[in-house]
Amino acid sequence: MKIRIRGTIAALAVTLALMGLLTACSQQESGPGSTSPGVLTLNSAGSTLAYPIYSKWFAEYHDSHSNVQINYASIGSGGGIQQLRSGTVDFGASDMPLNDKLLGTFKSKIVQFATVLGAVVPIYNIPGVKADLRFTPQVLAGIYLGKIRKWDDPAITRANPGIHFPNKDIVPVYRSDGSGTTFVWTDFLSKVSPEWKTKVGSNTSVSWPVGLGGKGSEGVTGVVEQTPYAFGYVELIYAIQNHMGYGLVQNSEGKFIKASLDNVTLAAQSAAKELARDIRVSITNAPGPDTYPISTFTYLLIPARIDNATRRETIKDFLHWMLTDGQKDAEPLSYSPLPQQVVDIELKQIQEIH
Amino acid sequence: MATTTRILPPPSGKGKGGRRLSWLQRLKRGDEIAYLITLVFATSVVLLGALLVLQLWWQSSLARQAFGWHFLVSSAWNPVSDQFGALPFIYGTLVTSGMALLIAVPLGLGAAIFLAELAPRFISDIMTFVTELLAAIPSVIIGLLGIFVLVPILRVYIDPALQGTLGFLPFFKGPIYGLGLFAASVVLAIMIVPFIITVSREILLAVPTEQREAALALGATKWESTWKVVVPYARSGIIGSVFLALARALGETMAVTMVIGNAPLISASLFAPGNTIASVIANEFAEATGTLNLQSLIELGLVLFAVTIVINAFARLLVLATTRKATSHG
Amino acid sequence: MSLRDYRRKFVNAVMLSLTGVCALVTVSVLFFILGYLFVNGWRALNWDFITKLPAPVGEAGGGMANAIVGSAKLLLIAFLSGVPVGLMAGIYLAEFSGKTFGFVVRYVADLLNGVPSIVMGIFIYTLVVLPMHHFSALAGGLALGAMLVPIVLRSTEDFLRAVPGSLREAALALGASRWKAIATVVVPAAARGITTGILLALARVAGETAPLLFTSFQSQYWSPGFNQPISSLPVMIYTYAISPYDNWHRQAWAAGFILLMLVLIANIGARLVLSRRALTARE
Repeated sequence: MKIRIRGTIAALAVTLALMGLLTACSQQESGPGSTSPGVLTLNSAGSTLAYPIYSKWFAEYHDSHSNVQINYASIGSGGGIQQLRSGTVDFGASDMPLNDKLLGTFKSKIVQFATVLGAVVPIYNIPGVKADLRFTPQVLAGIYLGKIRKWDDPAITRANPGIHFPNKDIVPVYRSDGSGTTFVWTDFLSKVSPEWKTKVGSNTSVSWPVGLGGKGSEGVTGVVEQTPYAFGYVELIYAIQNHMGYGLVQNSEGKFIKASLDNVTLAAQSAAKELARDIRVSITNAPGPDTYPISTFTYLLIPARIDNATRRETIKDFLHWMLTDGQKDAEPLSYSPLPQQVVDIELKQIQEIH
Repeated sequence: MATTTRILPPPSGKGKGGRRLSWLQRLKRGDEIAYLITLVFATSVVLLGALLVLQLWWQSSLARQAFGWHFLVSSAWNPVSDQFGALPFIYGTLVTSGMALLIAVPLGLGAAIFLAELAPRFISDIMTFVTELLAAIPSVIIGLLGIFVLVPILRVYIDPALQGTLGFLPFFKGPIYGLGLFAASVVLAIMIVPFIITVSREILLAVPTEQREAALALGATKWESTWKVVVPYARSGIIGSVFLALARALGETMAVTMVIGNAPLISASLFAPGNTIASVIANEFAEATGTLNLQSLIELGLVLFAVTIVINAFARLLVLATTRKATSHG
Repeated sequence: MSLRDYRRKFVNAVMLSLTGVCALVTVSVLFFILGYLFVNGWRALNWDFITKLPAPVGEAGGGMANAIVGSAKLLLIAFLSGVPVGLMAGIYLAEFSGKTFGFVVRYVADLLNGVPSIVMGIFIYTLVVLPMHHFSALAGGLALGAMLVPIVLRSTEDFLRAVPGSLREAALALGASRWKAIATVVVPAAARGITTGILLALARVAGETAPLLFTSFQSQYWSPGFNQPISSLPVMIYTYAISPYDNWHRQAWAAGFILLMLVLIANIGARLVLSRRALTARE
């Protein structure tokens, strides 16, 4: 009897000691990141549009700075903004820049860094149709307003002579989560369709008149991939990585453009003057004969004030790396690197983090 | 099985010779310590429950003030204009759970009857064992199979067949995506059928044999004896198991989220995409834009919680009533 | 025999065979799920999967080593936080409780059992994540632990009540004090049942995803300590399953296979142990 009791007490003591040891090992600090002996973990979350390049950057940065682990959760721009506001991440990522009204909802100042340029492309899955389809802005708005219901609608066939469309319902797919990609897409639609602007508007999350929801760019691509006659909008790299056809979009001068690095960069260049004033400019439906109309910057949202010195310096170092070395990773992943003008502005902006 | 009577009387606090011990002496004896320690833990369970309810209540206060009871009947869900209403999600939850019950109850009851009345003990035990394993499969794995196996099968074979035969009903009209309310219902049915089977089987086994024998002695066939005598006798318990399954279905999240199509819509067609309370919380919680959005989601959680509690309580009462009736007659 | 009798016999045969079909369908669903998962998961299961960290998006290779360890860590925290509470409260209910308070505790435990797991996740988010200002393994573990409490409580109480009163009385008759009787006679007698109950409860929460979505969140690396977001098998399965990458789909199958195998082994093992115990108790 006595041995059993002593045994139980001993076991309990050992368990508690182990627990104590484990908790001692994890050093507690206020704030999202932590410093274990040697390893700094930073937590970030947000945009799925930029997920492929951030994932590559953080992995590469970790290779060259093995004591820094940057975690990224691809939960959508809305999530990045919300988690940053709640203080549960070190920095956020969003395709939609924070306007002054949104900035006002934050407890402290936020510095925004454009990282790369992306393009939002229309993807589709029509069995039997392999060609690159052409879409006018009215068709795009019409599909998501529910006014253009079938693939062989005259508005679509007119823009695509010679292609045979089946008489099947279009399945529009949208982002069910709070998404910067949605912001860019609806921003474009609001500019080209007054009806869209009044009926739906543009934000990371809107009230969609029709369609299916997919979670994240990954979800939308997945749903379109698996659902015949589906139609969706995602960042260019998702279409390429999944070998899906993506369409041409008609720009403000009437030309049908297929998204590529060059014509996205052109969109940024056309806004050079505005960029000098504020890098939060919207570059959808940009002027110019060869610009891709649904282009966007994507941003990292960094708190201006970071108390912990190690974390602050690491973040500043990463930003510097990202603006210089990191930009070369953009092209292989079908993102356009930042124009030099923006890089210069932002290298100076790093100093605002203190 | 668990009664509320104590096995032994509580520590009497009387020492050798029957003298009343002082509190300190009782403490030293260790009984009081044991009692106190276990009491503390038991109280912490109660506190945990209270804290849960309170937290949900407090953290949804903004939303409750903004919308009031209108929340339950409004179908707006617009983060741009900060208008939130629960109706599409209540609708989706009720429709998917209801449809799941429609599929699972006949299937489950039939299987339970087979296992309780017909199958030899050995086979019955093995099949029940397998059914309990089905209940143990994590929801996300069922969702995984839902996306890759069930949805294509529904889209290509079953949904068109349903639309072909029953397409005159508003439930089966409309475009077919594979994903949608019907897919979610099937997935839920798979998840709740084990509960119906295991509980119903227990209830049926608890029905006294005299009932069956009496029916058979009067010339009934086996089926008539089962359907007209045994099952009605066990009726309240079986209904209890159905409510239990319903409570489980209402709160089911992952598998539903993966196949329901994630659209805050109310539509008559079962093939349309929709959303349940649990799946919209799972989708939007981490991304809620603004405090009102977040609190509306928490309020949704509160609604779901309240409904599940009521149904659970009802279910357990029914099950308890039947088993007590059965054992008291035996 | 009259026509009516023939009809009754016919209905009898048809309905009884239908019930057999129902049972068969239910059982075959399980085998189908197992088989499908086995075939797909097995193919994706390789050494890399168990030892490597996730690769950057879109790149081939990588594994879920951190998710496997992460799930284990979360279960450890859940065990340490939920099991003692459930165990002690179960002992209280079986051995010490009064009528009214016992009823209250049981009712609340039932309540907690019926809480949808996602609501539990919200609860821990508001209680732990927001004040701490970060997602953490601790929050995830606590969410799972809170789910363990009612399950462990119920099974502990049931198994303790199954110990015959004569055992307790014998111990007391031999001069043991109350707590000694419980600790050295009653609990060991119910030990096998209690441990299997705990094992089953752990298997149940191991597969839960919803409460982890906004408590332990996600991570691409090893997660040191308890204050960081941590990867876990169920969350990874969910994330990879809804993605468009074939590589990730394959990994989701493999992860699903591992998770299912662990859950089934725990369940089958627990029930075998219990049935063996029932046999020996009959002697």
